[in-house]
Amino acid sequence: MAPYSQLSFLLTVLLIFGALCVTSKVQIQSSSERQSASSNTGSTGESTSNSSASITTVPIVTWKWHHVETPYLVALWILVCWLCKLMAQLNSKLKSFFPESALLIISGFILGGIVWGADKAQTFKLVPRNFFYFLLPQIILDTGYFMPNKLFFSNLGAILVHAVIGTCWNAAAVGISLWGCYLGGAMGNLQIGLLQFLLFGSLLAAVDPVAVIAVFEEVHVNEVLFIWVFGESLLNDGVTVVLYNVFDAFVSLGGEKINAGEIIKGIVSFFVVAFGGSLIGVVFAILISLLTKYTGKVQIIEAGFIFVLGYLSYLTAEMLSLSAILSVTFCGVCCQKYVNANMDEKSVTAVRYAMKVFANGSETMIFVFLGVTAIDTDIWVWNTGFILLTLLFVLVYRFMGVFFLTWILNRYRLVPIELIDQIVMSFGGLRGAVAYGLAASLDETRIKEKNLMITTTLIVVYFTVILQGLTMKPLVKWLKVKRVSPTELKLIEKVNNRAFEHILAAMEDISGRIGDNWWTRGWKRFEDTYITWFLMKPEARKNRDYLFSIFHKLNLEDAINYVTEAEKRGSLAFLNQTDGTIVNFEKKLRFSGVMPDIMSELDFGNNNVQPTSVIQDTVPSVSLNIHEHEMKRMNEDFNAHHLLQQHLYRSRKNHRHKYSRSNFSINQSEDEVQEIFQRTMRSRLESFKSAKMGVTPAKKITKHPKKDPNHKMSNGKTTDKSKKHPYGDEDFEFSEADSAYSGDGGATGGSSQRRGTYTMGAGVENPAFMPEMDTPPPPWVTEAEADTSVAPSQGAQRYLPWSPRNLHRLAPLRISDRSTDSFLMADAPATEESSEESPQQPSQRDGTHM
Amino acid sequence: MGSTNSTLSKIPNAGDLMQETGFSPAHIVRLYDRYKALDKDKKGHLCPQDFGAIKELAMNPISDRIIGAFFSSGQEVLDFPSFVRILAHFRPVDKNRPKDPNSPEHINSRSNKLKFIFQLYDQDKDGKISRQELLQVLRTMLEKQVTEEQLESIADRTIQEADLDRDDAISFDEFRKSMEKVNIEHKMSIRFLR
Repeated sequence: MAPYSQLSFLLTVLLIFGALCVTSKVQIQSSSERQSASSNTGSTGESTSNSSASITTVPIVTWKWHHVETPYLVALWILVCWLCKLMAQLNSKLKSFFPESALLIISGFILGGIVWGADKAQTFKLVPRNFFYFLLPQIILDTGYFMPNKLFFSNLGAILVHAVIGTCWNAAAVGISLWGCYLGGAMGNLQIGLLQFLLFGSLLAAVDPVAVIAVFEEVHVNEVLFIWVFGESLLNDGVTVVLYNVFDAFVSLGGEKINAGEIIKGIVSFFVVAFGGSLIGVVFAILISLLTKYTGKVQIIEAGFIFVLGYLSYLTAEMLSLSAILSVTFCGVCCQKYVNANMDEKSVTAVRYAMKVFANGSETMIFVFLGVTAIDTDIWVWNTGFILLTLLFVLVYRFMGVFFLTWILNRYRLVPIELIDQIVMSFGGLRGAVAYGLAASLDETRIKEKNLMITTTLIVVYFTVILQGLTMKPLVKWLKVKRVSPTELKLIEKVNNRAFEHILAAMEDISGRIGDNWWTRGWKRFEDTYITWFLMKPEARKNRDYLFSIFHKLNLEDAINYVTEAEKRGSLAFLNQTDGTIVNFEKKLRFSGVMPDIMSELDFGNNNVQPTSVIQDTVPSVSLNIHEHEMKRMNEDFNAHHLLQQHLYRSRKNHRHKYSRSNFSINQSEDEVQEIFQRTMRSRLESFKSAKMGVTPAKKITKHPKKDPNHKMSNGKTTDKSKKHPYGDEDFEFSEADSAYSGDGGATGGSSQRRGTYTMGAGVENPAFMPEMDTPPPPWVTEAEADTSVAPSQGAQRYLPWSPRNLHRLAPLRISDRSTDSFLMADAPATEESSEESPQQPSQRDGTHM
Repeated sequence: MGSTNSTLSKIPNAGDLMQETGFSPAHIVRLYDRYKALDKDKKGHLCPQDFGAIKELAMNPISDRIIGAFFSSGQEVLDFPSFVRILAHFRPVDKNRPKDPNSPEHINSRSNKLKFIFQLYDQDKDGKISRQELLQVLRTMLEKQVTEEQLESIADRTIQEADLDRDDAISFDEFRKSMEKVNIEHKMSIRFLR
């Protein structure tokens, strides 16, 4: 804990410094340019006023603040916001009972206070335009793209009912009740009519996906509950925006002009906007899928297409005044499957990580800015009656709506939603930035009480996010809501799940009922025959069998577990030894399901088998086939490869990067490989010779430990190679597959060289030192091993504590897609790399970001 | 509803059947209509060919197994009560239905549902799913591209996961243990139309 607290202190200092930087810049800015001081972070404005009017002499260095002002401030704010998130994550004590979103808002308060203290006015706030164009799209795209599709579509009916009817109910009920209270005189004299109240109600109706996910993913409720709340929050955003626009039109039309015809038009436009938006999204999803069939040629920017087209789908829908949120949601939901199948695995990984970076990044900024925005005297208008009544109604009607709708839905459900789940669902009605964004974009000329509405919206947001978010976890615990149990993926379950589907479909056929299973099956068949043909690459279409891919994934996991387990013991070289490790080995067999085939052939007790023959025997039997066929299919695998690579080749990787914009590969010269290889061979031979020549063991104890770490450190590969033979299948496989990847990507010199060394290694090196295994284990081996346990795998050990767990989290169908936060952090180097991989893309986005 | 009662009176032992399976009168009537419709030659019972005539069922990869489950007792004919009893396995589990302490478990209980699946695998009825039996089912359920070798390794792994006593076969207890985490009640239920 000590290092953490130290670090967090450091960060606090850094943060305050950053905030001061921001404000001091503002002061410079505001002193020099009064009028642009009111412009804020996001304004992509033309603040590049020319400061250098006339030059008398050639300046060497000039102060060009105004040239960089806007982008500089944007970047600085992003940094500060992200540091806030880091702080929030580092304070593990605070985090255990505070939801992260609440912490972010609170740090936003502090930052806002600093800015306000320096400026005496709030110069930064969340502007609706920036929010809707630059912060929101990637979050929605992310949620859509990572949506657990099967769960989503199987619950689509319920989600739609909640999202559409529930939202309309909330809007109408809150609006009308407030109006009633207003007429009753509960809030004094306000310039506000029924329509304005309805408008206000509609903007408050949306449950915010950002807030909901942020809270619910920390709670880990069961999957049905999660998808209901999550899906509802996602879709009802679209509904709310539509509803808001309709009421906005009504308000500007004026009360007296509204007749039945206009109302009908409003209702029609509601449906047109909602379904039109979704349709645009589907069209773009088809476009993306089609495009990715061919983007393999420009693999390095392949990932970028998803983002650009996703963003375009948002903008297109916005341009046609259709629902942009629904558009980008359905774009993500529909394209994910085909994109993942079509694209190279590297690109898939790049998309995943980049998506998370953008989404988490802007989510963080949204929360911080929600906090910052509050510190502003201009917007605060207090009206106790209005605010308290709004809070009350929002809460009460949410409960009523959820209970009523669930009651109806339960009559048609196989497994009814329980009362406890309903309570949690109602309680999860968090309002968030969308409500604020809508409130802030109200037109002040038509709605006189805009500031009161903003104030109230902010209070509702703070109340729900902070208070309800805070109490959510205890509530879930106290009510004993069914949590999702962290299960390990099991093949037998998957096999049986598939069997269940068939059985149920058969039973429906027999009992003569057309039911859900009939629909899913019909869709599956249609998809298999037409859609996949249309949208997937021919290669990707092959070998899509679900069970098989699960099997493969499990195998990979085992292999990695195996490696990490072994590395904990120092190095995989222990496999060379005889008696001592056999016990361990057998223990491992239990969890490494596939290994036994290979192991039985290997017969470790004797260790007499020639390694080359082992490789030849075992590789084709299981793993090689899998890799040959399945390489394209597995999304997760790349992570696995990546991890392995990190463990094994770390030292090499860190140093030799060659910059190339279109190729991303680790370059290493042929000479180096040769040199490393020869050095290894020499040291190996020496140790082998000395062991054979009957030099006294005592001597070697002093001698070997020096040598062993030495040659192991010198290059990662030696360790790799010495590990290879005994269970050569996996290890060999990964490296082979890996080089095949880069070969795919653009046939780099590095990869082919690497492949060369492998075959060489397998052929040449092994005979040279394998005889060593014939000899009884010399006493120094154990000592050497103890030594190596420190030396070569230090880098790997840094990752060890969490790597196996991560893999497990990777593997199952991911339900809470945001829950990868910790995973992202743990696997940070991977993130770095994927962002390095497409250097152009992020920078482009950043440019337009704010 | 009047027709429900009149049809119900025609079904032999309808009351006992409802008691036993938990189906409502409307369910029973509906199933009886279906039973009659399947029985094309009006012979009063069903035979495997009748099931084979269901078009959608023919496309089901494991249809043979499922049809076989209806005729598990070895005879070639299926009367209405047995038909209903089999289908009752798939009724959703209802909590409010009082559990009679004397009577055996409901047909749609978790373990009965599990037993039903288990029987689909266990063709020779020795109480164990052998590797060979698992392979047969897997072969029918997996696509053609999966090679025999891969199939075998999948089967091996599956058995390994469940096999606790290392006899290279899955007994019912082992099967139940391995499915402990799976929400069988949910996954092995369909909604019967009222």
